[in-house]
Amino acid sequence: MTLEDKQQEIIDDFAIYDDWMDKYEYIIELGKELPIISDENKTDDKLIEGCQSRVWLNTAVEDGKMSFTADSDAIITKGIIGLLIRVLNGETAKDVATTDLRFIQEIGLHEHLSPTRSNGLASMVKKMKLSAIAAS
Amino acid sequence: MITDGITIPFDVSRIRKEFPTLHRQVNGKDLVYFDNGATSQKPQVVIDAISEYYTDNNANIHRGVHYLSQLATTQYEDARKIIQQYINAPLSEEVLFTKGTTDSINLVASSLGEMFSEGDEIIISAMEHHSNIVPWQMLCERKGCTLKVIPINEAGELMMDKFDQLLSAKTKLVAITHISNTLGTINPVEEIIEKTHALGGYVLIDGAQSIQHIKVDMQALDCDFFAFSAHKVFGPTGVGILYGKKEILDQMPPYQGGGDMIAKVTFEKTTYNELPHKFEAGTPNISGGICLGTAISYLSELDLNAIHAHETELANYAEEKLLQFEGLRIIGTAKNKTSVVSFIVDGIHPFDLGTLLDKQGIAVRTGHHCTQPLMDFYQIPGTVRASFAFYNTKEEIDTFIHAVERSLNMLK
Ligand SMILES: Cc1ncc(COP(=O)(O)O)c(C=O)c1O
Repeated sequence: MTLEDKQQEIIDDFAIYDDWMDKYEYIIELGKELPIISDENKTDDKLIEGCQSRVWLNTAVEDGKMSFTADSDAIITKGIIGLLIRVLNGETAKDVATTDLRFIQEIGLHEHLSPTRSNGLASMVKKMKLSAIAAS
Repeated sequence: MITDGITIPFDVSRIRKEFPTLHRQVNGKDLVYFDNGATSQKPQVVIDAISEYYTDNNANIHRGVHYLSQLATTQYEDARKIIQQYINAPLSEEVLFTKGTTDSINLVASSLGEMFSEGDEIIISAMEHHSNIVPWQMLCERKGCTLKVIPINEAGELMMDKFDQLLSAKTKLVAITHISNTLGTINPVEEIIEKTHALGGYVLIDGAQSIQHIKVDMQALDCDFFAFSAHKVFGPTGVGILYGKKEILDQMPPYQGGGDMIAKVTFEKTTYNELPHKFEAGTPNISGGICLGTAISYLSELDLNAIHAHETELANYAEEKLLQFEGLRIIGTAKNKTSVVSFIVDGIHPFDLGTLLDKQGIAVRTGHHCTQPLMDFYQIPGTVRASFAFYNTKEEIDTFIHAVERSLNMLK
């Protein structure tokens, strides 16, 4: 599946919800399901301190493909991380660096990626992109 | 203008009509605004006054002989008098316009602080807002003073026996919040002022969370400084007040230099204007000052006792309902507190709860509320805080409780 296909799949998944609470129900379930970072990677140097919630991000490059693991202390933040990782993991450094993460806007969750939200997600995406630029 | 002794009986449904923002929808739901500790909504009279000022009266103050300048100056100075009367300050020149509480505290730290020297001590408390911590830390670094902190107990009350131990002849200033924005605790400021004065120190009261809830009387309190923000007391943002005793303000050097604060400027020597202008350099927030006067006039027509009773009833009702949820803990259980209800729920991050409440039209604050040391004391990342104003209702609390229940079911 291409990066673009993955974005479209998430947009289609969310299209069935017209109520905010249903969308969040889905994100929370994602957040609960995903054990996305191992404890030895949950160290202070991996920590992105947001004012509202904290995010840990671990980056690896394997055969020119990006591999991210991440976590958060807040479950909604964690669920959104799950979506971002689903889209970006296994993609080339160049694609990660240049792609427009339009699905976030389309499913109406872009507010969570705004720096003013202070939940650590905006800084996380920036770090993902910077590490991809460094690897490409 | 203040209508002497005439108070209108308290009627929440009539009052709500005067606050247009309360009637909007958020995320398709009727707004429930429980973030009054962060800022209050504005009554129509204040909104109209802002618009009227710019529509009809806009001019610079203290500078022109022309009609509009005179009019704006009179309105601005009238507002100062309204505020003076409301807080019962002896003199109108003791009421300084600032940008807000933060600016007021920084003014004192910069200016009064110039008179401090190495070894002098400043006392604050463990429940201070960052704006009543950081300016003093900066001053201590600049002048070699020492900062001491009054600890609190689990309930969120000051440990007054510890205060007695910290207080000494070295204490230059005690800077303390009247009411905690995170816990709602009402501090025994009268006792603090009396004891500090007995040893020759000054007292600054951070009134950002008190003036909208309880009667504040400068002469009865006898504090040396009192700071508050207009936007938390139904007025506009970007303006606030520093009350200071004239004999102290007269000794203090100016804070900022510029227009309005001078008597005469030459390149050799400049002499400073008298109070309050000495501390009001540059063109101020004119409409802000005038409309703070409007807000205070509005407040003075309400019955503060009735407001207090209503707000207390709301807080008690909310706490009682919230405590029915398993694993929910109220942070801040002081005997003497205002209508602030901060809480956490076991295993639930405040950000998640706040986000889901927002989607249900409910505005609460989540996070550390600019009181990180306090969060460290309780060893929590933050709280969810519902802070009530007199225009809130029990029905809104029912909506809120229902939304909390729904959110917790999703998150658990
Ligand atoms: C107790 C307390 N002090 C100071 C402040 C700072 O007020 P402002 O940001 O209006 O200057 C606040 C505002 O949140 C507060 O609650």
